Amino acid sequence: MKLNERSVAHYATCDSPADHAGFLRKRVERHHHHAHHLGASYQRRWFVLKGNLLFYFEERESREPVGLVVLEGCTVELCEAAEEFAFAIRFDDAGARAYVLVADGQAAMEAWVKALSRASFDYMRLVVRELEKQLEEACKSLAACRKSPRRSSSSGRKRHLSNPALLPLQEKPTTLENGYSTWASGGCVASGATCSDQDGGQVKPPPLPPRRRSAAGSATGSPAPGPSPAMLESPVSPETICFSKLHNWYGQEIAVLRREWQERQKSGQP
Amino acid sequence: MRYNERELLSLARQPAEKAAEIRMRVPKKGSVLKKRLVKLVVNFLFYFRTDEAEPIGALLLEHCRITKEEENVFSISFIEEPERKYCFECATEEQCQEWVEALKRASYEFLRRSLIFYRNEIQKMTGKDPLEQYGISEEARFQLGTHRQ
Repeated sequence: MKLNERSVAHYATCDSPADHAGFLRKRVERHHHHAHHLGASYQRRWFVLKGNLLFYFEERESREPVGLVVLEGCTVELCEAAEEFAFAIRFDDAGARAYVLVADGQAAMEAWVKALSRASFDYMRLVVRELEKQLEEACKSLAACRKSPRRSSSSGRKRHLSNPALLPLQEKPTTLENGYSTWASGGCVASGATCSDQDGGQVKPPPLPPRRRSAAGSATGSPAPGPSPAMLESPVSPETICFSKLHNWYGQEIAVLRREWQERQKSGQP
Repeated sequence: MRYNERELLSLARQPAEKAAEIRMRVPKKGSVLKKRLVKLVVNFLFYFRTDEAEPIGALLLEHCRITKEEENVFSISFIEEPERKYCFECATEEQCQEWVEALKRASYEFLRRSLIFYRNEIQKMTGKDPLEQYGISEEARFQLGTHRQ
């Protein structure tokens, strides 16, 4: 089978940065009738990992790779070879040869195994798709919040500025505010109500955002340090780590709103 | 240059992102358009004689340029030899556009840039690095600014 070798070799040697590089000793594979690996020999080669391609050169300065290992559908595992710091690249294919490589030390071996295990195109694609989904979800929440009729960004900011409990948040960059918006797609209604309160006089208590209603136990004022199960139904993917940050200062917001509402109740406003 | 042909052949048998019968011409003197089964798998484009199980050849799709040529036609060339073009004549203009789009996104380098972009956007919107949960936020391949083409 032909391969565009010239272009491949060019890709190997051009100055696009490598994902990993270093010297490794590569076991020389012998044919089956030399089966016993007594005195298996190794050749020291300069290895360069770019994407899902592992190139090896005779010398670090060599202008062309001696060989290439395409890293799709392989596993990388530590190797019980006679050598210390040995690991192997194996392919699913029955009867396929393994590439046995030996690093200079423990750290080098671990770094190589880590880099090679995540080198496949498939793995990269998986991660990108996951991030794509997360970004989409974050955007949707933001859009949903912005579309809410009672919320305008200016009144939101006004509320932040005029509410002393929230003042420290001002100093933080917009990401926090975006984060708030992202989380509070239901809570935007709450903030909208608060804005109207400050603007002089709507009387409805801030409604709890839908998902908090089922988390009745946790809505007691101080932000719960750990998320209740209902709180995990975040518009932003519940697995994302932004949750804890959003949760914390959304919790602060709620605490303040509740206090204000309770005070208004006490003062006899309907 | 040696390479693990066996694994590459195995890869050619995997389910493809895209496959079609397309007329193809290699950049060799005197070559003509020939009907081939063209199959995109990860960052490789395999091409087969239409009745054969094993590909004639494979093109690694890194550092390549995909160019829309005249109607129904696109070409693939590589940056170190831009005049050497692999030409592909599709059945329809629509098919041609689809292949151009798919091939432009087929490289590992493109995936890497996408990842860095999404990571950055998510970080801006949420204040958190989405790669932390994978334990790969420090890896060289995912850093902004270390892989400029």
